Amino acid sequence: MGSGTVFPMKEIDDKPGGVSGAVSVRGLVKHYGETKALDGVDLEVREGTVMGVLGPNGAGKTTLVRILSTLLAPDAGQATVAGYDVLRQPRQLRRVIGLTGQYASVDEKLPGWENLYMIGRLLDLPRKEARARADALLERFSLTEAAKRPASTYSGGMRRRLDLAASMIGRPAVLFLDEPTTGLDPRTRNEVWDEVKAMVGDGVTVLLTTQYMEEAEQLASELTVVDRGKVVAGGGIEELKARVGGRTLRIRPVDALELGPLAGYLDDLGITGLATTTVDPASGTLLVPILSDEQLTAVVGAVTARGITLAAITTELPSLDEVFLSLTGHRASAPQDTVPVDDREEVAV
Amino acid sequence: MSSRPSPTTTLNEALRAAPSTTTAVPTSAPTDDARIPLRGHVRHTGALVRRNLLWIRQDPESMADALLMPVIFTLLFVFVFGGSIGQALGGGQDRYVQYVIPGMIAMMSMTLSQGVGTGFSQDFNSGVMDRFRSLPIGRGSVLFAKISVELMRMLFATAVLMVVAVAVGFDITNWPGLFATVALSTAFASSIMWVFLTLGVIMKSAQSVQAMGFLVLFPLQFGSSIFAPTTTMPGWLRAFTDYNPLSTLADASRGLMVGGPVAHDLWVTLGWSVAITAVMAPIAIHKFRTKS
Repeated sequence: MGSGTVFPMKEIDDKPGGVSGAVSVRGLVKHYGETKALDGVDLEVREGTVMGVLGPNGAGKTTLVRILSTLLAPDAGQATVAGYDVLRQPRQLRRVIGLTGQYASVDEKLPGWENLYMIGRLLDLPRKEARARADALLERFSLTEAAKRPASTYSGGMRRRLDLAASMIGRPAVLFLDEPTTGLDPRTRNEVWDEVKAMVGDGVTVLLTTQYMEEAEQLASELTVVDRGKVVAGGGIEELKARVGGRTLRIRPVDALELGPLAGYLDDLGITGLATTTVDPASGTLLVPILSDEQLTAVVGAVTARGITLAAITTELPSLDEVFLSLTGHRASAPQDTVPVDDREEVAV
Repeated sequence: MSSRPSPTTTLNEALRAAPSTTTAVPTSAPTDDARIPLRGHVRHTGALVRRNLLWIRQDPESMADALLMPVIFTLLFVFVFGGSIGQALGGGQDRYVQYVIPGMIAMMSMTLSQGVGTGFSQDFNSGVMDRFRSLPIGRGSVLFAKISVELMRMLFATAVLMVVAVAVGFDITNWPGLFATVALSTAFASSIMWVFLTLGVIMKSAQSVQAMGFLVLFPLQFGSSIFAPTTTMPGWLRAFTDYNPLSTLADASRGLMVGGPVAHDLWVTLGWSVAITAVMAPIAIHKFRTKS
């Protein structure tokens, strides 16, 4: 209480940036009966940066975002957003945040324009300004054509763009994106990523939750890895990648029958990374975890020495599963959710 | 769980240590000094009323119940039961029309007040409510907007009902009585809305709200003096019907519109409204506020 005397609140209201920690979380706890959704989470997001909160389903990511956006009260701990306490100053806080998530959605029955206009009015914009803002944001997110159609008729990508536009109406200082691309196809996902990057370019601070290493790498400058309600690692992307052990080598033998034996052979040699080599029968490829260029060379050497002809070799980011295995010693759930990776480096063999 | 050191942590910690641990603040008033002025509430409610009206424009079928129910029920009751019950009342079908129409107004407002519950249930399930709750608006605005629009629907249905009523021979002899009846029904329906609102917040789907609403309403509506006089009912049933607020509402409406004693039924009905609101409104608001 009485924090108004410490912080220049009005200043923050007008221009984000009075306090350096845009999001500050300490010892946050939220239990649902026996389930510890959050079990003492600490987190610091600096002004103007993008923090990726990476974790599998059930790690507590959504609970964290719901608490930070005042939709849920924590059991213990503290959290401030743009200097405002989530419990004591919810209204000021709501004025400076934007929220896009799996849950906080637009009204499907309303046309896109009406959704944005309504939110503008709820954010106390004068009618004229609310209209102008709705027009401008529809234009910016390429939805002008669909302005008059109910949101229920939108495609998945259009829906997410409308969600993003809705969260930008109030020119938020801090934006929460809760799994912004879950369920989208790769092309649409890239579209949404571009939009998010543009928003970041405007100077907004973003806290992004994701299940995808790929998404985190595309958007975030720093990462916090959460698992079962706890922070298991944090730091810059490069730092974390180095810690996790780099990459996945994907190799495709010409003869798919080689896959099984080859996987066992490589693991037995002990020249690969932490996770075991896995077979991806759908694409006829082998996923080999590697920690270094030396391991990559050794694996290729071993395969060649066995006389196996390869059709393709690519390297990819470590999967979330590998990140988890190396950080926590257990696998992340829902491996079927792995994101198709677009920026693999094709190497002709 | 590692607290990552960032250049700003120590500064923030130093700054925040003070306000976060200080509890010796003289007043217990919330520090949330961004109070919403009345004009703000009006603006927010207006924006949300617009939203609910746009729903109707997008989906005109949602007005079908308000439009068709008064027509179907009036025709059904007047032409199926009207002759025989009218005879028992010492007249004919014309007599029954005078008897049943005031009660129908009461029934109509009850049935339509369910819309508040199903509407809220949909809003919670679709995630729209979370959007609203993440905005700096009072939650009351969401509530009042929904209730206002449902009351508008109710008045529309009442207007339709009166047109049909006149078509089947109802004499509007007492216009002030009609308006008083509408006001009384609306007042009672607004108290019942709190019940449906509570159901809308605590039940998982709009369908179950509707099913539950039906279970609650059906015995109340038919175990009353709305459609037939209670004089021939067995004693145990009369014990129920005589205290059923829908009976007193229907009897009061009859008194107001076609004549007869009013005062007792009017007061009992108003008493029920106040009692239901006093009990259910705090529960509904509490459930609404704490639902996450």
